[in-house]
Amino acid sequence: MRVARVRMRMRKPVGSEGRQERGGRAGAGAVVVVGAGPAGVAAAVCAADQGVRVVLVDSAVRAGGQFYRQPDARWGARRPQVLHHGWRTWQRLTARLDAHLADGQVTHLAERHVWFVERAGGDGFVVHALGGSGQDRPETVRGDAVLLATGAYEKVLPFPGWTLPGVVTAGGAQAMLKGGLVLPPGRTVVVAGTGPLLMPVAAGLAAAGARVGALIESAGPGRLAWGAAKVAGHPAKLAEGARYAAALVWRGVPVRTGHAVVAAHGSVRLEAVTVAALDAEGRVRAGTGRRIACDALAVGHGLLPHTGLAGALGCRIEETAYGGWGVAVDGEQRTDLPGVWAAGEASGVGGAELALAEGEIAGRSIAARLRGREPDRRGCAAAAGTRAGLRAFARVIDGVYGPPAQWAERVGDDTVVCRCEEVPASAVRSAVAGLGATDLRSVKLLTRAGMGWCQGRVCAPGVAGVAGCAWSPASRVLAQPVPLAVLAREEGAAP
Amino acid sequence: MVGAACAFYAARAGLRTVLVDRGPVAGGTTGAGEGNLLVSDKEPGPELELALLSLELWRRLVAEDPGLRTAVEYEAKGGLVVGSEYAGLAALEEFAARQRAGGVAAVGVDASELRSLEPNLDGGLAGGVLYPQDCQVMPALAAAHLVREARRAGAVLRTGEVVTAVRRAAGDGGRVLGVRTSRGDIHAPAVVNAAGTWGGEIAALAGAHLPVLPRRGFVLVTEPLPPRTVRHKVYSADYVADVASDSAALQTSAVVEGTAAGPVLIGASRERVGFDRTFSLPAVRRLAAQAVGLFPVLGRVGVVRGYLGFRPYLPDHLPAIGPDARVPGLHHACGHEGAGIGLATGTGHLVAQGLIGEVPELDLAAFRPDRFGAEESG
Repeated sequence: MRVARVRMRMRKPVGSEGRQERGGRAGAGAVVVVGAGPAGVAAAVCAADQGVRVVLVDSAVRAGGQFYRQPDARWGARRPQVLHHGWRTWQRLTARLDAHLADGQVTHLAERHVWFVERAGGDGFVVHALGGSGQDRPETVRGDAVLLATGAYEKVLPFPGWTLPGVVTAGGAQAMLKGGLVLPPGRTVVVAGTGPLLMPVAAGLAAAGARVGALIESAGPGRLAWGAAKVAGHPAKLAEGARYAAALVWRGVPVRTGHAVVAAHGSVRLEAVTVAALDAEGRVRAGTGRRIACDALAVGHGLLPHTGLAGALGCRIEETAYGGWGVAVDGEQRTDLPGVWAAGEASGVGGAELALAEGEIAGRSIAARLRGREPDRRGCAAAAGTRAGLRAFARVIDGVYGPPAQWAERVGDDTVVCRCEEVPASAVRSAVAGLGATDLRSVKLLTRAGMGWCQGRVCAPGVAGVAGCAWSPASRVLAQPVPLAVLAREEGAAP
Repeated sequence: MVGAACAFYAARAGLRTVLVDRGPVAGGTTGAGEGNLLVSDKEPGPELELALLSLELWRRLVAEDPGLRTAVEYEAKGGLVVGSEYAGLAALEEFAARQRAGGVAAVGVDASELRSLEPNLDGGLAGGVLYPQDCQVMPALAAAHLVREARRAGAVLRTGEVVTAVRRAAGDGGRVLGVRTSRGDIHAPAVVNAAGTWGGEIAALAGAHLPVLPRRGFVLVTEPLPPRTVRHKVYSADYVADVASDSAALQTSAVVEGTAAGPVLIGASRERVGFDRTFSLPAVRRLAAQAVGLFPVLGRVGVVRGYLGFRPYLPDHLPAIGPDARVPGLHHACGHEGAGIGLATGTGHLVAQGLIGEVPELDLAAFRPDRFGAEESG
């Protein structure tokens, strides 16, 4: 470990082309953790506790990921914890992280965007990132192992009017709140879609002074009651839900389950939404449409894992046993590629607490495996138990929530389904009906839907729904756009 | 693409045609291509003759139907091959002279003319050759719209259906009786093998040896750029040598071109690594470096995606086209390597001529499917 640390400190000077290389030849015992959310930080701390050198690479200014997102220090927020539960757990974890940052066991490279993880031919991994305000300063980090803790992003399905200014994602609204931004008073926000994120978002917006016009959840009361019965074994989770529900009642926020926003209206920007009740098949009940005037609509349909880096590395990506997709992992959070671990939402969406447990297991496994040992089962037992319970909980959540089955029928032909390339639903439908497209890739090739800047990250689930074909995480070779000149630069000689 | 063209010309010739694909339309190599319709990279010989015929057929197709021209993003943009040093330029000139004798329009341009043809080219280039006949289509759209036209002419499209056997008669020289698929039997006196990289497998199902192999290529796609940032298909003189090369090692010579939709495409590396789908950073770095070398302005442009494909090639780099003398009723249209989009129309036309018993417009001797011998007991 000493050797590795010394090498870590022998940083190469900034080259004539601005390239920086960090991590040195890390030798035995260095891991690069991609993502400083709950899973990445938990893993970094646990691995560092056992003497492993850790380089934590993350795109944000501060550690925390989406869940424990903290206001920029410049905002001077005094009580960030009001927006988070489990804040104390996080504080304890960050205290341990700070100690490792201080003693040099962990290096935190903030504001770095990882675009590719390269297998260095049996000789560890090279993580390629972009830094700088323009995301154009190349940087590489070497490690003997890599943990992909890349988190999740929000799934948004199209509906007429969804591209109007004023329509934001539920997660985006929450991120703005956690980032310390405050809504102008008196504005009305409607929160809609499906999933456990909607309640905290609505409660948070109300607490921040917004008038929340309604919370529209497409899951019906029957599903919700079934879910509540199923999670009786998770009293803390039930209490958390009850707390949010009580907060919404107290703030006078109307909650409509079994309803959906079927259209957003406005000429220049959002002015109103139409909300309607859904029948058991997910179709709109005739005559139930009601218009709600609003200034903003926060909409989300659950989370999808970031699997791009894993896919480009060649890791297997599969449907998890507890719903949705994720990087395939074993009991130690190892992927099918030796030297690569995955934890948190990247290996299956299940929330911050599950991410913490998975991160701990991954960190312990990495520390043991880098020394050629089996991980200590007893040391991992508590985290493994927590993980099993939370995955069972995630499975129930997956059964309760989910977009109404017939949502794609409500997407009008002229509704833009891919915003980057401005592809209307009609183009997707005629590619299927007239041109022989039968899967998401051929729909993309024949319509350009998903070929733009976001590379289908936003639109792919919506396009798949409108096309009537299955969605699965696309295999992308670059996790984010890279300037050609950065790609063109030849790999520098390893130190 | 080649299968789409075969179905199109067969249906137009009045044949009852069924087009079977294991995936969707344009799901294989077609969907990973650039859409090159090139004569500029071809030496005089049978492939050049096929390319010239194909270009003429493409031109006729889009002239007959202006809607199709737009739909497939057909652009007669011309190719521009550039040389970076005087020695390379002399070799390029000599190559162009031989091509001219083979019927190719090739115009020598000097350094100053290069600048007016492509204002964003690197100023240090010595000169080049302009090939006005080179064209471009969007390959997936080209295949899909030819399939649509074939269906209009009566062809039946069956996607997501895997051919599991080629049915042959017990006697009668083992005549082809049709195919068995994952969904049942299709009876037909003739079967056209246009299975691209799977062409060898379909041939083997019929008992014929056809050594189709994959040659991997990467293509980089930039963010959309203003129109006419790159006006022609621009590539370095080294590309021609790479296309013809027998080496298994990585070769790159970037072909840079704009597209109707805005992004610039940068292709294409050539590697023989089997069907390895792993992204290769060295291959992509070389492509990027060459592209920036040709067009320094691209340095700051973001690459938003990259894709890879497998070109189906045969050992002598010529496709297999026409009836297979070993299996009556079996016809081949595969092994076009990286030129399948461009050569599809000629191939489809020649195959259709063979199917209806006409004398093919071109001599198919160089493309004979049985030219690689039997190898295994077929």
